[in-house]
Amino acid sequence: MSDFRAMFAGFPNFNVSEGFFPNINLQEKLNWAEEFIQNVLIPRLPEAVAAHFPVELGTVLVMFACAGIFVGVVPLLPLVLVLAERKVAARFQNRTGPMRVGPWGTLQTLADGIKLIFKEDFIPPQGDKLLFLLAPYIIFACSFAVFAAIPFGENILVSPFNIGIFYIMAISSVIVMGVIMAGWSSNSKWSLLGSLRSAAQIVSYEIPLGLSILTVVMLVESLSMVDIVESQSNGVFSWLIFRSPFTFIAFFIFFISAIAEVNRTPFDLPEAESEIVAGFHTEYSGMRFALFFIAEYANMFAVSAIAVTLFLGGWQGALPGYDILGGMPGFVIKTLALVFLMMWLRWTLPRLRVDQLMNLCWKYFIPIAFFNILGTGIWGLIFEEDSVWSIGISCAIIYIGLISAYMIAGRVMAQKPEPQPS
Amino acid sequence: MDFTLTNFIFYGFALMTVGSALLVVTVRNIVHAAFSLMVTLFGVAGLYVFLQADFLAATQVIVYVGGILVLILFGVMMTSGRLEMRIHIERGQLLLGGVVALALLTLLLTVIANTPAWKNLTDDGTELPPTTEKIGELILNGPFLLPFEVVSVLLLVALIGAALISRKEVRD
Repeated sequence: MSDFRAMFAGFPNFNVSEGFFPNINLQEKLNWAEEFIQNVLIPRLPEAVAAHFPVELGTVLVMFACAGIFVGVVPLLPLVLVLAERKVAARFQNRTGPMRVGPWGTLQTLADGIKLIFKEDFIPPQGDKLLFLLAPYIIFACSFAVFAAIPFGENILVSPFNIGIFYIMAISSVIVMGVIMAGWSSNSKWSLLGSLRSAAQIVSYEIPLGLSILTVVMLVESLSMVDIVESQSNGVFSWLIFRSPFTFIAFFIFFISAIAEVNRTPFDLPEAESEIVAGFHTEYSGMRFALFFIAEYANMFAVSAIAVTLFLGGWQGALPGYDILGGMPGFVIKTLALVFLMMWLRWTLPRLRVDQLMNLCWKYFIPIAFFNILGTGIWGLIFEEDSVWSIGISCAIIYIGLISAYMIAGRVMAQKPEPQPS
Repeated sequence: MDFTLTNFIFYGFALMTVGSALLVVTVRNIVHAAFSLMVTLFGVAGLYVFLQADFLAATQVIVYVGGILVLILFGVMMTSGRLEMRIHIERGQLLLGGVVALALLTLLLTVIANTPAWKNLTDDGTELPPTTEKIGELILNGPFLLPFEVVSVLLLVALIGAALISRKEVRD
């Protein structure tokens, strides 16, 4: 792969991110905090206290600081994304969207947020009060815990877990518990139906999601998010989506299953307005509803970020050695592109029926995902290491596959449906 | 016993596990019991983290909380209309349960008594190597290959059985 780098040797090097974003190695900061306590604080304390002073307190404080950064910064994302969603929706429907609050309506979500804070915090008197109050926090905490393992840039991540992607799957599988909790404790049939639908949907779609992650893990031979990103460091063709035809398929399965996981149209049966009012959060109001809302948009960003990390190079640039689409800005751009794709799908496609939803998952995605795993295994045996050859063959197969899929789809769609006997 | 912060967190997790496990068996409301079981399972996952078994901890959460507990709740919500049900326990069951509990307690106490030295793994600052690779080697390329395959065949049989039971009969 190094001959790729040689091809672009003459180009000027413009590393945009290096100047703007200093390397934040949190592990170093952790050590720094402990050293500070060990060397500066403890000598100054009275001896009786110093002997029992917990040095790890520094680690814990830094952990809390990191969590604080995330809890402080990540809710700003939904603030932007909600406005973006409304603007995108408006454009798709030939409207202008919110225009009144602030220039071009940019402060609309802020106004909505303030409104939600001042609303009455209604708790259904017949419901289960404890679980009702607890449910939003579980969903909120789980969707934020996912961010701990996502590498936003080189050294910009909270924890370089050895089991990064597995941890993400584990934490996001707990969200279902919060949804069930919310639905059951509301004591409303809409809520209960919505939460049951959501649970069935999330549990089902977790299987193709996990299997398509497995294809990536098989190629990289590591569960760590850092290793996965680092294996894609040789430009756009070393991104895992192009590394084998099977990961190309896996990306689409992953992305569609992820849309189902975050309950967005066309898979928004758990909160289908025309059928069950608002699903599992029907009875919630005010700030508790806002927590659900923030968690939903944070989730959307998180699954896009995971897709970018796994398949689209993470913070690695599109050209080897250069920072086009690389670094933290590149990562955010790629992630926002996927988020936009989700919004696009939401305002274009109608909602699926329950049976269609389950058919798609169990009869199509899961067999294809298993086929993918088998294929990736064989691919890994044939091409022991990635070379120009393996990537060339993979891209050729992807190209031929796409063209033939396009032609077959065109044939099928050109056939006019037989007129229904009336 | 010294009160380092690590110990403090460890006992926090232990208390969380034991306390919520007690709640599971004493609480009348069956849904509350299920949710306190979730806390128990999380506590056990936390204890695994303290043993530096990262893979096991994540598996604990993904299998028990994300899978089995969700299925339990599903079953509860779809079947029982009355949640505050009175559970009658017969004399014989009480006796049998007591015997099993006593046997388990003796077993655990023997193990605890026979363990030579108790120490916290994270105390002396040694970090054990990550376990994922070793688990994979042992299961797929080592002494546990046969048990692993037997378990997977068992699960396959269960899967086919479930499909057979839930399938609508086709009338000809």
